Amino acid sequence: MKLARNWRVRLVAPLVVVALSMAVHAVDITVLPDPVLQERYDALTQELRCMQCMNNSIADSPVGLASDLRRDVKEQLIAGKTDDEIRAYMVNRYGNVILFTPPMDSSAAWVWLLPLVAVIGGLFVGIRIVRRRSKLVDTDDSAVEAEDTNR
Amino acid sequence: MNRFIVPVVVFLVVAGVLYIGVRHSPDKSTMVSALLGKPAPAFELPVLGAADRQFRSADLAGQPWVMNVWGTWCAECRVEHEALLAIARENRVPLVGLNWKDDDESALQWLAQLGNPYSVTAVDKEGRTAIDFGVYGAPETFFIDAAGLVQYRHVGAMTKEVWEREFLSRLPQRGLP
Repeated sequence: MKLARNWRVRLVAPLVVVALSMAVHAVDITVLPDPVLQERYDALTQELRCMQCMNNSIADSPVGLASDLRRDVKEQLIAGKTDDEIRAYMVNRYGNVILFTPPMDSSAAWVWLLPLVAVIGGLFVGIRIVRRRSKLVDTDDSAVEAEDTNR
Repeated sequence: MNRFIVPVVVFLVVAGVLYIGVRHSPDKSTMVSALLGKPAPAFELPVLGAADRQFRSADLAGQPWVMNVWGTWCAECRVEHEALLAIARENRVPLVGLNWKDDDESALQWLAQLGNPYSVTAVDKEGRTAIDFGVYGAPETFFIDAAGLVQYRHVGAMTKEVWEREFLSRLPQRGLP
């Protein structure tokens, strides 16, 4: 208790917590000379999958292959490649699975269409139920009236 | 009766889609190479233990060859080593080692201690050739045919069974000498 009241502890303790949490995020400390390139670098490395640890991006994976792929992204950005060219470079080597957002081609179309089908199907079922219920009310409205008068 | 048909059909369709999804989920042992049927990337790298020599993949053009990606840091590579030695003794096809992100000294020591199955080992210290081949974890073994096309990629430890089923079957049948 005495310790916590010490103002130095109060000041330093949050800083220690912040410093420790920053260490967790310091997987990639690449700094590019140009802020625009840096922005593109950050975005690209976030959308490329680390192939060794499936659900991490190469931006937040510490494994060797991820750092090699980050190096390639950085080099190609500096060499003036477009984002699409860099994505194509990765897909040519590792396949579409390296992209967290797969392109909508014939093999992946159902991934994109299934949620749409589910939503439209759900709407259809919902509308039918509502229609049926409102028809019931139309044909037999005495009960509703009776309820209304009871209020 | 009729009112149950639609939900049952929808259930079966969803179950089927999920089943296919689970079966085809990205699994380390089933991921196919993006390079299948495409030309193997050409590369030129220093030869392990002979820094003044370069290995050129172009030198093997016109014949089938096999490339095994390994490193001394890779536990599965230790597991498959006996199988690779047996394959090398068959002497059916050049077996090229790609020493991936390793240090030469450990690699040479590994080969001296366990035996060297490779006709030549290329040193890929920066991992660039491995990336060109779409390597995502050692060991991986590639079969490149006489036309220079990647015909198969095995991920994980090589075994006698995998070798016979996926690699030997892709080699042209050899007549008796």
